[in-house]
Amino acid sequence: MENEPVVQVKGLVKRYGTKTAVDGLDLVVASGAVTAVLGPNGAGKTTTVETCEGYRRPDAGTVRVLGLDPVADAERLRPRIGVMLQSGGVYSGARADEMLRHMAKLHAHPLDVDVLIERLGLGSCGRTTYRRLSGGQQQRLALALAVVGRPELVFLDEPTAGLDPQARRSTWDLVRELRADGVSVVLTTHFMDEAEALADDVAIIDAGRVIAQGSPEQLCRGGAENTLRFTGRTGLDLGSLVKALPDGSEAAEPVPGTYRITGTVDPQLLATVTSWCAQHGVMPEGISVERHTLEDVFLELTGKELRA
Amino acid sequence: MSAGTYTPRPGAAPLPRMIAAQTALETRMLLRNGEQLLLTVIIPTLLLVLFSAVDIVDTGSGASVDFLAPGILALAVMSTAFTGQAIATGFERRYGVLKRLGASPLPRWALMAAKTLSVLVTEVLQVLLLTAIAFALGWSPQGNPLSVLLLLVLGTAAFSGLGLLMAGTLKAEATLAAANLVFLLLLVGGGVIVPLDKFPDAVQSVLGLLPISALSEGLRDVLQHGASMPWAQAGILAVWAVLGLGAAAKFFRWE
Repeated sequence: MENEPVVQVKGLVKRYGTKTAVDGLDLVVASGAVTAVLGPNGAGKTTTVETCEGYRRPDAGTVRVLGLDPVADAERLRPRIGVMLQSGGVYSGARADEMLRHMAKLHAHPLDVDVLIERLGLGSCGRTTYRRLSGGQQQRLALALAVVGRPELVFLDEPTAGLDPQARRSTWDLVRELRADGVSVVLTTHFMDEAEALADDVAIIDAGRVIAQGSPEQLCRGGAENTLRFTGRTGLDLGSLVKALPDGSEAAEPVPGTYRITGTVDPQLLATVTSWCAQHGVMPEGISVERHTLEDVFLELTGKELRA
Repeated sequence: MSAGTYTPRPGAAPLPRMIAAQTALETRMLLRNGEQLLLTVIIPTLLLVLFSAVDIVDTGSGASVDFLAPGILALAVMSTAFTGQAIATGFERRYGVLKRLGASPLPRWALMAAKTLSVLVTEVLQVLLLTAIAFALGWSPQGNPLSVLLLLVLGTAAFSGLGLLMAGTLKAEATLAAANLVFLLLLVGGGVIVPLDKFPDAVQSVLGLLPISALSEGLRDVLQHGASMPWAQAGILAVWAVLGLGAAAKFFRWE
């Protein structure tokens, strides 16, 4: 598909008082794809998305969504996008089906509400009002409200925060179904596994800027290099460890007591590591061999833990 | 769900349909809320029945109900347009409802139009109920119904402006407390059940400028005394409406 990008952000700056939440951010979102905006809390994810939704006026830079200015062209843009806020958004005295039917009435060609209720397992909510729904039910209702109007583009702000694993999978499945039917999806998350599992494209943001963007495979450099991780006591002598390893291997202690060895991880290397540990009186625990993850990419780029 | 279920087909519903749907939802939310019903239905009804049946306050010559019914109608308008609307809108703002609707196809002006219509629908129900009860208590209203209608509309505009100003600027909890306190103070000091001439002269002239006094005294001039149109009170209400709605438009925050 040679479509125009659905979101084009150039040099976006947004300040709240003296705090700069977004600091010269550039972002291009492809049509028909799932794009994850990945970053730790406070990185500027929500501010970026809410500027695209027309809630915030940029202090500098330009934002175009479906070719429109989200603030100036709000009335033309809003019917075409679906929005899932991080929390709230529903009358505390409204029932789930009532709110969903209402949102459907605001659109010209909405989805079948009964089918959507069934699909998201909201049928069991019955006559319960919003304030008495569980957190997971409130999340699923917010997701349903975002898609009921058959939008071209949906923004999901942390769609699986606080969900149990089963509900999380179900949300992922829905996102995949949206993509399969040609809906573009932008989601924010601080779960790297979510970005890896769902996204065609990942924009990693930190301190208000995009610091890397690409497919999960590109970002992880094809996975040619593998990683060996283990935990042990803090402050092991990494220089001595690297000397014992084959050329081209690297060792790091990204978090105190957690060690990461990158290189060609084969049985020989594993044996070398464990024998080095034996010589130094270290009990390595939780030894695991993994391919390079987004978490590693993020750590390398920022020196920070994603979920810190 | 089969493939193609979510195939984009965006579009806003026609405006009249959106406004009708929003009005219906807002009205349902209000009628479902116990605290709101207490304010808008139960308190005015109880006051009307109690004070008509028992001579608690000296309401001057004639049947008590002839004095009380106009005041209670004014109270009903205040309870819905001001107190109820302020509290409901304050919490909608707090819970992100206004924010979420702001991303829907419903334009903001249409949301405000729906809120106004919902207030008017509620007021019609209140007036029907309270009028029926007043007639049962022996009420014999005078005057021109059109004058009454104009006063009710001006009063609604004045109280809506003040209610939205409060809801759009204060925290929801502060709005809840302040709106109830104002309701209570104006109930006592606004000529609703206690005639204004029971207060000292100096106090009286200040109280007379309040929107609740202008509405209750204006309605009383027409309904009790058969006046054609109390322009002074209508003017006071119009000034409050312009100030309140103007300030609300300027200072209202959606989040």
